Amino acid sequence: MKKRILNLAVALGAALLASTQVSASTLDDVKQKGFLQCGVSQGVAGFSIPDAEGKWTGFDVDICRAVAAAIFNDPTKVKFTPLSAKDRFTALQSGEIDLLSRTTTWTMSRDTAMGFMFPATTYYDGQGFMVRKSLGVDSALKLDGAAVCAATGTTTELNLADYFKAHGMKYQGVAIEDSTQLRQAYDEGRCDVLTTEQSILYSQRSSLKQPDDHVVLPEIVSKEPLGPMVRQGDIGWFNIVKWTAFAMLNAEELGITQANVEEMKASTNPEIQRVLGVKNADGTAPGFGPGIGLDEQWAAFIVKGVGNYSEIFERNLGAQSPLKVKRGVNALWKDGGFQYAPPIR
Amino acid sequence: MQALAVVVLLFLFFEVTQNMRSNLSRMNQDFGFAFLSKSAGFDIVQALVPYSTGSSYSRALFVGFLNTLLISALCIVAATFLGFLVGVMRLSKNRLAAGVATLYIEFFRNVPVLLQIFVWYSLVILQILPAPKNALAVFDIAYLSNRGMIMPLPIFGEGAIYGLVGLVSAIVGGLALVFWANYRQNSTGKPFPKFWGSLGLVIVFPFCGLALAGFPITFDVPVRTAFSFSGGLVVVPELMALFLALSIYYATYIAEAVRAGIQAVNHGQTEAAHALGLTRGQTLRKVVIPQAMRVVVPPLISIYLGITKASSLAVAIGYPDLIAIGGTVLNQTGKAIELVSIWMVIYLCISLIMSSLMNWFNNRMKLVER
Amino acid sequence: MVLATYVRDLEAPKLPPPSNLKSIRHHLRENYFSSLGSGAMTVVLGSLLLWLAWRIVGFAIIDAVWTGTSSEACVSTDGTVIGACWPVVSQKFGQWIYGFYPVAERWRINICAVAFVAGLVPMLTPSVPYKMVNVVYLLVVFPLAAFVLLTGGNFDLSPGSYAGVVCLALLVAASLPLLIFGVDEGTSRNSLGLALAGAAFILWGASFISQVDFTVFGVSLDSGLLSVASGCVSLWVILSDSVGRRSRALRFWSVGIVALLASMLLLDIDFGLVPVETAQWGGLTVTLVVSITGIAASLPLGILLALGRQSNMPAIRIMSVGFIEFVRGVPLITVLFMASVMLPLFLPPGMNFDKLLRALVGVALFSSAYMAEVVRGGLQAVPKGQYEGATALGLSYWQMMAKIILPQALKISIPNIVSNFIVLFKDTTLVLIIGLFDLLAMAQTGLRDAAWASPVTASTGYLAIALIYWAFCFSMSRYAIYTERRLHTGHKR
Repeated sequence: MKKRILNLAVALGAALLASTQVSASTLDDVKQKGFLQCGVSQGVAGFSIPDAEGKWTGFDVDICRAVAAAIFNDPTKVKFTPLSAKDRFTALQSGEIDLLSRTTTWTMSRDTAMGFMFPATTYYDGQGFMVRKSLGVDSALKLDGAAVCAATGTTTELNLADYFKAHGMKYQGVAIEDSTQLRQAYDEGRCDVLTTEQSILYSQRSSLKQPDDHVVLPEIVSKEPLGPMVRQGDIGWFNIVKWTAFAMLNAEELGITQANVEEMKASTNPEIQRVLGVKNADGTAPGFGPGIGLDEQWAAFIVKGVGNYSEIFERNLGAQSPLKVKRGVNALWKDGGFQYAPPIR
Repeated sequence: MQALAVVVLLFLFFEVTQNMRSNLSRMNQDFGFAFLSKSAGFDIVQALVPYSTGSSYSRALFVGFLNTLLISALCIVAATFLGFLVGVMRLSKNRLAAGVATLYIEFFRNVPVLLQIFVWYSLVILQILPAPKNALAVFDIAYLSNRGMIMPLPIFGEGAIYGLVGLVSAIVGGLALVFWANYRQNSTGKPFPKFWGSLGLVIVFPFCGLALAGFPITFDVPVRTAFSFSGGLVVVPELMALFLALSIYYATYIAEAVRAGIQAVNHGQTEAAHALGLTRGQTLRKVVIPQAMRVVVPPLISIYLGITKASSLAVAIGYPDLIAIGGTVLNQTGKAIELVSIWMVIYLCISLIMSSLMNWFNNRMKLVER
Repeated sequence: MVLATYVRDLEAPKLPPPSNLKSIRHHLRENYFSSLGSGAMTVVLGSLLLWLAWRIVGFAIIDAVWTGTSSEACVSTDGTVIGACWPVVSQKFGQWIYGFYPVAERWRINICAVAFVAGLVPMLTPSVPYKMVNVVYLLVVFPLAAFVLLTGGNFDLSPGSYAGVVCLALLVAASLPLLIFGVDEGTSRNSLGLALAGAAFILWGASFISQVDFTVFGVSLDSGLLSVASGCVSLWVILSDSVGRRSRALRFWSVGIVALLASMLLLDIDFGLVPVETAQWGGLTVTLVVSITGIAASLPLGILLALGRQSNMPAIRIMSVGFIEFVRGVPLITVLFMASVMLPLFLPPGMNFDKLLRALVGVALFSSAYMAEVVRGGLQAVPKGQYEGATALGLSYWQMMAKIILPQALKISIPNIVSNFIVLFKDTTLVLIIGLFDLLAMAQTGLRDAAWASPVTASTGYLAIALIYWAFCFSMSRYAIYTERRLHTGHKR
């Protein structure tokens, strides 16, 4: 009898022991698994939304695909985990996902105390308000006494409190977790105002029953730099995600697109050659990819797989999408925007 | 074998804490409750105690805790009334009444309560009730709309203490009256309408107290604003939906418990009561229900506990209960282990307190009746 | 004297002779209008019921829209009343049932459903024989097959995991001589095997706690090799004895290890099925997977916990009571949160459970505590004489439980077990709060589809899924009543 229990314990322990052998780096893990596990939002048109067959599209989704392309030369080697605002951090903490790309705002507490790192800002956003046109409100300063819907546990919920306090106004906050439920509650009249990042407001508006009955107010009340997020403690992985984002910007700057990436490899421009990992005349390779544990042509893989920054933006949010968001501050620095990538050299 | 079981348990505990520590240190996180004193920064739609965005996380959780208690208490009272009514109705001699009760029980008990919550919230309250502009008004002081129920909020001024004194003395007087009435009935057999009598006391005394002080009560009457209303006592729609769904759902369980209890009372008791000339109502009140209660109370305890635990479904529609607020805090601080432990400890305490209270009640009743 | 005033002191007035007892009029009067209050109740409730029935029939049938391809069919343009929008249901029904499961692969779910029903129906029909075979099919064959079918199988088990299972089985084999020859003789015959097994265990424990591999004279000691050696020695001890060769313990052990390896092989084989990750599962499929696994896992766990609670060993009892009371004291939602946000932090880094699996663990643990209480009720209802009789016959604890007590106790508690299942089935809706797409979540997602936006979409959808849930729960509760009646005939207590 005793022996049997003992054996049970051994079996249990052996099972645990067998599973503790884990490699130290996320990149090795991902390579071994054969795919990237990426956390995205549960359904925000333009950023990440599944279609009827469960195929994901959107800006955040393409960031994930770009990282997968950089590693595997195959943008489809990625699996998506839809996460609510509440689940997202524990999912990343626990290692359930390798990368979180879920309209997450870069803040100091998240970057330090919560144990995460933000490799890059892929989208500069700001918080805005949407109201029904029938209310006749044209400024956020006239919202005193309104009921406001916001997603729980997001920076927008905190900014909302700050903004109303700063302007001596009162509001009734309605906190809802899931972004589709949030939209539904607003649509059904639970609240007068819907607040979230302005880009997402446009996305939410496009999914309302009568999009034209609603208007996004002009005020932007906060800085919301959105970007992918990784765990602290793995600088190699951090660098891969960071330079994936920068590679897409550099590609845009140099005019490398999904369509012309193969021709560009023949370019004599040394900058382009460095980005695309083309061998020099003397046969030496630039070596940037291997420097972060990837293939020499990692950046070419990204552009071939998902395109440069501008292509991703326009496809999901901009002119080619129903949202029609303008580049605005997300234009390249050359065009007066904030997007500025350090050079690949 | 016991020793081995303990060893296995200790081993698992060791393993879990070890993993937890290494996981947390890997992410530069630490375990601790110090974060509770930081300011929360988010707003809560319904707070029973003063709360602002500058309040601490612990305050926010306390607000949630009170909201949990509020919704549980409301649902327990309503479900008990409805459940007793339906349970008795199900055994009614009137076949239509019995049929309606059966229909009610069989339908509402077999549909998940979460689905019922969604239906009440998004179908009935948000869709059928009008927008604040066209709110259903009662004498222009109370309004019903999809923003909830807004009523005048009584504000007690100076001197309201007399009303409180009146209330306390009425309760004491009422208890004395009941005691006296029981004594008189035991000795002379003459019944006294003690319920109505003490109810009268409870109404008259505070009224007199307030009258003495010159009615120092003012009402904060809600007024229409550009968006909805300001002032007044607001019952948020989430609370309404949760209240309706939980009360109606759990009333079916209480009704079944009541029915089982009444059926457990020997039929001879009813017949004897009839033979003594008691009316049907008297038989039910004085003979059947007191005996049925012995059978009804134990399942009632677990149903009440079930209601308290089911109030956590509030999180699905965003009513700020303990779980929902804890979730928000979790999201802002990332302290998963700490918050889940807080939830569990609080619920365990509520459960333990409630079950010991009800067990005490149960024991007392057994002793008295036998 | 107490009730003196309730006793009549006047003779009651004589009642008129009863009218024709069989007439409709008498029936109506007796059952619906026996008194003024009763009559009023009949009128009020009757009109309420008629009104409700009229509204429901009006909504669901008369004013309903039956055909259409988009929300336009269900939006009233000329002010007519529009009832239920049934095309929404027929459009979304596939998604409600299968979730995001690839359309081309839906046949796999269908096969699982058919196989399950084929096993369940004979199981629930008391007159069908071969219950034991049926149980094996439902608890072993079906879950394995369904698992492979639903996920796609082909798990690529490493040779190491086979070796690990063999090692463990050999380690278990060290205890067989104790069972076959008794503790004393077994220990003396197999002292070498036991010593090796003990060494394996200690070595493993030590290296686990210190996270260091131990070496002796530069050679790394391995608990796996030691357990293989111990198993071989023990098996040799058993096989060299004719009693040992014919023992049931050996037979069980060999069947067990073959079955284990066979099922591992089954999971390993590539059947050419497209893998479908659990994130794509949804709808009724997830609801049923969660509730059926919850039910199947909670019953044995609940029985063990109930036995532990009744045990006379204090440590076991305290642990069981602690677990049961703890779980029963907290809401399911906190257990699910614990499984979804806390469990990953408790596991070794790199070890990850699937989200669905974590929910399954949470649901199974939660419902096992409730099941334990139901089984305990059954155990307490078995007369004490049964325990005493079994002990007097010299049966061991497990023999007594397996052959005498549990069959009676479980039989008594079947109705309560089924009502527990109903609660569990309804509670599976809570998994949507941790982000799984069960039937309710799937329906909600579908109803928010902008292409079907109309004032009646939500009410139609909610009505339809309420009916689906209702049909499942109601039929289960009818089955509980049926078994209760059937069991009452024999030993009504």
